[in-house]
Amino acid sequence: MGAAWALAGAGFRRYSTYRQATVAGAFTNTVFGFLRCYVILGVAAAAGGTAAGYRGSQLVTYVWVGQGLLAVVQMWGWTDLADRIRTGDVQSDLLRPVNTVASYLATDLGRAGHAALTRFVVPTVVGALCFGMYFPHAPLGYLAFLVSALVAVVVSFGVRYLVNLTAFWLLDIRGVITLWQLGSNALSGLYFPLAFLPGWAQGVLWLGTPFPAAFQAPIDILVERGSVAHRSLLLLDQGCWAALLIGACLLVQRRAERKLVVQGG
Amino acid sequence: MAEHDPPGALAGYRQLLAAQVRSQLQYRVSFVMDILGNLVLTLVDVATVVVLFRVTPVLGGFSLPEALLISGLANLSFALCDLSVGNIDTMRLYIRTGRFDAVLARPLSVLLQLICGDLALRRFGRVAQGVVVLVIALNLVPVRWTFARAALLVLAPLFGAVLFASIFVAGSTVAFWFIESGEFANSFTYGGRDFSAYPATVYAGWFRKAFAYGLGFAFVAYYPALAILGKPDPLGGPRLLSWSSPVVALAAAGVAALIWRTGIRHYRSTGS
Repeated sequence: MGAAWALAGAGFRRYSTYRQATVAGAFTNTVFGFLRCYVILGVAAAAGGTAAGYRGSQLVTYVWVGQGLLAVVQMWGWTDLADRIRTGDVQSDLLRPVNTVASYLATDLGRAGHAALTRFVVPTVVGALCFGMYFPHAPLGYLAFLVSALVAVVVSFGVRYLVNLTAFWLLDIRGVITLWQLGSNALSGLYFPLAFLPGWAQGVLWLGTPFPAAFQAPIDILVERGSVAHRSLLLLDQGCWAALLIGACLLVQRRAERKLVVQGG
Repeated sequence: MAEHDPPGALAGYRQLLAAQVRSQLQYRVSFVMDILGNLVLTLVDVATVVVLFRVTPVLGGFSLPEALLISGLANLSFALCDLSVGNIDTMRLYIRTGRFDAVLARPLSVLLQLICGDLALRRFGRVAQGVVVLVIALNLVPVRWTFARAALLVLAPLFGAVLFASIFVAGSTVAFWFIESGEFANSFTYGGRDFSAYPATVYAGWFRKAFAYGLGFAFVAYYPALAILGKPDPLGGPRLLSWSSPVVALAAAGVAALIWRTGIRHYRSTGS
């Protein structure tokens, strides 16, 4: 447990040294927040104030909290492990007396913690200042959001880790990354709230793919969409996906270790 | 810059490109997935427009076919730009790692070397997708075709690509000043694409002014679409604006060239 804390702390500190990159990232998320917010409010206004059960203020929260959450769950651009597999550096990860999946997860949680204090705060505050944002009525709503966001990080980590593990077999994982981005962009609820889709498609996405559990779930919990029972089901869905993905990571990791040939000299 | 190149420079660029193509074909499974994923990527942008119109009949005063025309023009412009100069956004990596020094030392144009550094074959797929969306949209909207409108239809994606390319080049120079600029330039390149893909009427206030007129993104798809549809500008702009995309694009290219030259002169190696 002490090792996990140390690794999480290292993940946090590593990202806290990239100050310019953090500012640039928060700036970009904020610009995209404006773009998405105007479009979605345009949709809601033309549809008569509400769209698929979201009121205008709920859509504002959906967009801006989503822009912040994006960096916390880190939907894109994590190839640390794949790069280490390609160069052969991964061998030193395997030699450590800690479970590899657990150590990467701890580091990622540290990174997410740093993102939550920086990249999450900027778009959320800008959105709250420039638009009328929806805030949860029940104090429990904030706690539920925190738990849900934490599980979302684990789900996202699980998929990213699996994507990176394919490098043991493929070495070049550009193609796999492209497919993952496709899923994480369109199917997670980032481009539009998934409730805009027909019912059957929503069912397929929530039950058949991990993407909504990594993004749409915490947002729907924060804007208190649907009944309490409905939101509890979202949390359950997330929990199942997190357990399933971490299990899969451990399994594939074991297979990969048998397959490993250290590249390079 | 090309006129300063020594004889045989063309062969040099060709070799850089050929090496790229070969290296990408090395990892077949990954390559096939990359192509497939990219084929669907553009489709997703268009599907997003369709999904939004499931919830509302109009968006910013435009119907679904009209919005598709705007989205198609924007996506095709961006795909053409991405195919030709999209690779420039790797420049910050070159600068941070010190590889930029090697680029400067070679007797070839800096800009062209960076562009040839990674020709992504997959990007051809996006151009094809853009054309398909545009054709579908044009079949759905009523257009009274004239020679001028047909010419604008062909020229708009090209000048749209020039405008995007200007933003890409200008944006990449930020890395000369801020080494860790990260995704800063993305707000204006990819952000510009997203802005252009929707009617400018949905945006408001200073944000619209900055993106539509300050950076010129309204001239990528919104104004050409108004001209093709024969619609007056809901924002109250004069009719001439609908036809002025080429002028705006060329002006942007001039400004981008100036910024690029200033940036190159300002460059000091990171020493790594």
